Amino acid sequence: MKVRILYFARLRETFGLNAEHLQLPDGVNTVGALIDHLRQRGGVWAEELGPGRAFRVAVNQDMAAADAALSTNDEVAIFPPVTGG
Amino acid sequence: MKVQVQIEPFDLNAEVAALQTAGVGAVASFVGVVRDDGEGLAALTLEHYPGMTERALERILVRARERWGFIDATIIHRVGELAPGEPIVLVAVAAAHRGEAFAACEFIMDYLKTEAPFWKKEFGEAGARWVDARVSDQAAAARWGGP
Repeated sequence: MKVRILYFARLRETFGLNAEHLQLPDGVNTVGALIDHLRQRGGVWAEELGPGRAFRVAVNQDMAAADAALSTNDEVAIFPPVTGG
Repeated sequence: MKVQVQIEPFDLNAEVAALQTAGVGAVASFVGVVRDDGEGLAALTLEHYPGMTERALERILVRARERWGFIDATIIHRVGELAPGEPIVLVAVAAAHRGEAFAACEFIMDYLKTEAPFWKKEFGEAGARWVDARVSDQAAAARWGGP
């Protein structure tokens, strides 16, 4: 399946990427599995998305937990904890 | 109920006046300001997630109205570059009585701080840095006992 991934704030800068379209391998069908998949890129990806690091994930503009299912054409966003107000 | 994300400043008096409809006996408003931390903050920029931001703020208003039963409410949050002393966010709640207006205003701000996708980056003498989320903000939202 294919998803669109958006990155914001510090993660956008660290990854040097605003957004990407990604074809996910079979079996990568939850938020948690997607994060594992991205972590395998190594470097800053492994570091920023590693255990103990604070980040949030939204699917189709709603906050999502690691066990949330992904569907094709989903919009997934990965970002640091929010700091507005 | 109104939600706006904008670069321009807002007019507090106009926003409060717009909420004064039939049955309103109290309007509580909160204005958040870019704090001059005394450590050479020159400016900050606010980034957000267009689309999700509005959805998140609207959801907070719906939840607040279910809980406090107020008549109307407005949230305006600014984005882009802001200098110390500039207003950054407005929450105004119109209700029959002050109790629910005060409480809802605080409830809305507490959840805005922890759920709305905004991020601050500070520019100062020491360079640029992304502001870290505060544990105390999580605690402030958690005290309402919500999800």
